[in-house]
Amino acid sequence: MLLDLQGYESTILSGAWVTLQVALLSLFVAVVLGMLGALAKLSSITFLRWWATLYTTVIRGIPDLILMMLIFFGGQIFINEFNVTINDWLNEYFQGQDAAHEWVSYLPDYVDVSPFFAGVATIGFIFGAYMAETFRGAIIAVDKGQLEAARAYGMSSWMVFRRVMFPQMMRHALPGFGNNWLVLLKTTALVSIIGLEDMVKAAGDAGGSTQMPFTFYFVVALVFLVFTAISTSLLSHAEKKYAIVSR
Amino acid sequence: MSLEAFFLWFSQFEYVQLLINEWPLYLSGLWTTLWLVALSLFLGLFIAVPAGIMNNSNNWAIKFPAWAFIYFFRGTPLLIQLFLIYYGAGQFLANNEHPIALAIWPWFQEAWFCALLAFTLNTGAYTAEIVRGSINTMPSGEIEAAKAYGLSRFKIMSRIVLPSSFRRALPAYSNEVIFMLHGSALAGVVTIVDLTGAARIVNSRYYAPFEAFITAGILYMMTTFVIVFLFKKWEARWHKHLKPLKV
Repeated sequence: MLLDLQGYESTILSGAWVTLQVALLSLFVAVVLGMLGALAKLSSITFLRWWATLYTTVIRGIPDLILMMLIFFGGQIFINEFNVTINDWLNEYFQGQDAAHEWVSYLPDYVDVSPFFAGVATIGFIFGAYMAETFRGAIIAVDKGQLEAARAYGMSSWMVFRRVMFPQMMRHALPGFGNNWLVLLKTTALVSIIGLEDMVKAAGDAGGSTQMPFTFYFVVALVFLVFTAISTSLLSHAEKKYAIVSR
Repeated sequence: MSLEAFFLWFSQFEYVQLLINEWPLYLSGLWTTLWLVALSLFLGLFIAVPAGIMNNSNNWAIKFPAWAFIYFFRGTPLLIQLFLIYYGAGQFLANNEHPIALAIWPWFQEAWFCALLAFTLNTGAYTAEIVRGSINTMPSGEIEAAKAYGLSRFKIMSRIVLPSSFRRALPAYSNEVIFMLHGSALAGVVTIVDLTGAARIVNSRYYAPFEAFITAGILYMMTTFVIVFLFKKWEARWHKHLKPLKV
């Protein structure tokens, strides 16, 4: 039987759970960054617009894998050097105030960036750029007159966003959001390359020790197809919910 | 400052030193990436057009194989597809005395062949979906007119439907080309020294993740911009009839 997993079922399942966690957490990061990016792109402040455009252009021009390795290998060095610099700076300042001051690490001297954190941060950061484009389009699609009317009723900007803009932009954002989510889900397979014990890594280990790599990778492919199928049905449900019922 | 003095001053920076030492590696990596992507896109078209046409068929027996192929390759991560071929082939082909297995096993032991096969199948599936979409949006009047002229089904496909579909598919296809360029970064994972592989080697040689991966990232980004530029030119040529008239 091709799909006999020889007792590795639970390993693959717990790997699948890690994959799902990475995907959902990155989605959260991506939505937050995407919303900020979209608002910055549409803002009247040139500086913000400039940065948001730089963000989306650079991210969409570079492969995910390169960005992930950059953040995983480089992020560690960057954070640690940053912490050491801040520690030195604070200590020098306190020494100037009081000569008897002893050196204290205010920030940890050594931070270990885990593959889980690097994976979530990178995937969230990358898909934030794609979400920003989706949300920007959706925000533009909301009728301007309605926002003006809401302002005229004396709503605060937050209230205009929450009560008028957000519910309407969701309708336009959902198809693009759904696509981004499906691509994000598949991108999570990459975290195995930087050493996270996800489903792909588990399949690789199990395939290596049983000499059946095809079987295990095929099972992982099937799990991804199940995730995709569930997502698609949930998304079409949500699209129906937010759709305008036209007669 | 004389030119020589300027170069001396310039080459004292560590990053410049690294570039001077390693640019041949990056260049050969870029070359590998480019031919791998170009060849898989070219071969992918030979899968995409038949699969796209088959997926549009009303006959279940014709439609189902194309549908299943497209669904699998679009629903699972490219990394898994690559691993299925690169690691998985051995499960069936190694120590197999069947003449076909003996003939193809040496190919599957080459990383570049596995990568080329995975990329070709992947882009074939994505492009098939683009082909299907653009055939579907074919104005039915044109097909009726072709039928009225007495063209055979094959002639209608080759003379009327496909040329106009390719034209309409161009913007979506340019996205697919860029997606493939970024996806090809995975070749670096299976020992191929493409642009990502070159960056990984440089990183392990110097322990300089920023320099190594940012250089690769910039090269990828420049390639992306060149592709976008070329497609804009191409679209301007093929979509001349859609441009607003200058008065």
